[in-house]
Amino acid sequence: MNKTILIGMTAVALSLGACARKTPPPEPALPEAPAPADPNSTDPNSLEVVELPALQADLVAKAGSDTIYFGTDEYSLDEASKATLAAQARWLLSTPNVRASIEGHADERGTREYNQALGERRANATRDFLRSQGVPDNRMTVTSWGKERPVATGSNEEAWAQNRRAVTVIIR
Amino acid sequence: MRKILTLLLAGIASTAIAQDTQEPTPELVGGSVKSNVAIAVPVMPGDPVGRQVSEVIVSDLRSTGLFTPLGPGGLPGYSVEEAGNPAYPSWRNAGVSALVSGYIEPRPDGRMTVACYLHDVTAGRELTHQGFAVTSSDWRRAAHKCADLVYARLSGQQPYLDTRVVYVAETGPKNNRQKRIALMDSDGSNNRYLTVGRNTVVTPRFSPRGDKLVYVSYIGRKPRVLLLDVASGQERLLIPGNHITFAPRFSPSGRDIAFSMAENGNTDIYIVSASGGQPRRLTSAPGADTSPSFSPDGRQIVFESDRSGTQQLYVMSSDGGGQRRISFGGGRYASPAWSPTGNLIAFTKIAGPFRIGVMNAGGGGERILTDGWQDEGPSWAPNGQFVMFHRTPQGAGAVRLYAVPVGGGSARIMPTPVGGSDPSWSPINN
Repeated sequence: MNKTILIGMTAVALSLGACARKTPPPEPALPEAPAPADPNSTDPNSLEVVELPALQADLVAKAGSDTIYFGTDEYSLDEASKATLAAQARWLLSTPNVRASIEGHADERGTREYNQALGERRANATRDFLRSQGVPDNRMTVTSWGKERPVATGSNEEAWAQNRRAVTVIIR
Repeated sequence: MRKILTLLLAGIASTAIAQDTQEPTPELVGGSVKSNVAIAVPVMPGDPVGRQVSEVIVSDLRSTGLFTPLGPGGLPGYSVEEAGNPAYPSWRNAGVSALVSGYIEPRPDGRMTVACYLHDVTAGRELTHQGFAVTSSDWRRAAHKCADLVYARLSGQQPYLDTRVVYVAETGPKNNRQKRIALMDSDGSNNRYLTVGRNTVVTPRFSPRGDKLVYVSYIGRKPRVLLLDVASGQERLLIPGNHITFAPRFSPSGRDIAFSMAENGNTDIYIVSASGGQPRRLTSAPGADTSPSFSPDGRQIVFESDRSGTQQLYVMSSDGGGQRRISFGGGRYASPAWSPTGNLIAFTKIAGPFRIGVMNAGGGGERILTDGWQDEGPSWAPNGQFVMFHRTPQGAGAVRLYAVPVGGGSARIMPTPVGGSDPSWSPINN
């Protein structure tokens, strides 16, 4: 996730530097509406999802963060998380033609399959809140990475706290 | 001959001292089951591959933890004719209790016969013999079959050495981990990869005949259960559509697959025919119900659920009826696996560290088998005598596969080329 944010930020910085006059940087181009997937297909290749790094960077820049955090074994949203998600919802509502993959993660102190379930609980709670802020269901999809994608590699409270999270990933 | 056998005696003593004898901590099941039976395995005559065959037999017998195998180096050779008729007094003088002999000869169809004899040296008689017909490239199978013959006859247990392990090979740092499905013989040989590492993959499990796998792959950013035919490489999504599915396991008949599906903040266990069709829902309690594992008669399923507030083990009929809790030991219980012999359930116990334990299938009789920081994900050998799992070290260091004897004793590391997790032990190879 850090890599995509850096790319987006570099692009914005360049365009700012190039503008001597006070014109705003160009908005990232909006993609075409997504093609519908065949719900009956059992071909694994029918499921690919396309991330949109430039728009991801724009979400982070405008909403403050694409990530909210959770307590151990918890999936409830605190006030800071709700404020972040409210800002994400505003961004989504003003950015048509993209969807969000709401992705829940767990830290390494749970067993593998339980953590897959816990990640889904976190993503689901996040999606429910975004829905309450007006984002329609057909623009969101929920997933869980369990403990498979930690961002912090330590085996300590600080690292674990960074890994218990839900990330809003902008997709086509 | 005498001089060589005298060296053999010294070899037995020093081998015994060199054995890894990690002392078990008090809470582990008491004592090693080593019976220190000294078994000689000289080079098998008849074909140059005979030395490697004998080496694999020695390695297999050592891995059981029950024997002190000797050779093939340092042992006197013998002829094909002598395989069934060894000089028992000489072996007795060398302090050897048992002898594995045999020979290799070509067959008219181009394959070879590996003949395997087990002798009781003390009693001075043959205990058993069997011949195995294999292609020359399959000599390892014959060696494992011979070691299984010896192990089964001397331990009274069913065989387990001629098996494979499917697992997840892991490379890279924790925050950029590459995972691939890997398949190897259970002594670490013939390791090969079934996926290329583009998608994160977890929890591969064998079908009862060992010809198919179910596993979870993150495709399109979601975990999905895939069903793979090992020989052809063909695979399909188990459940079509946009669902989060994971924790798959075959029923003992191979006809059905149990799995978890997560939806709207709730995870339940479903069952679906392996040939396709509508899944049937087995659990519906609020909470995370996952890690289903069938009893060997296919009539019951053990699973974990946090419906009581913490992860605990439950048993139900395979149609979802009669769900009852079986774990009451303090701490949390996860990833249960029903023994192929039906009497025990292995699990991951979380009480600070993660440890592998077993309990009686009806609950109770809990015994903790391991002492790592994060030992997780037990899988049974087909004879119910060993459990394989993965161990994550605290801090730096790769995750690795280990096998521990269920009767008590140290966990042994499995030889994988890189890190490994989520092992699944195959049935006995045909």
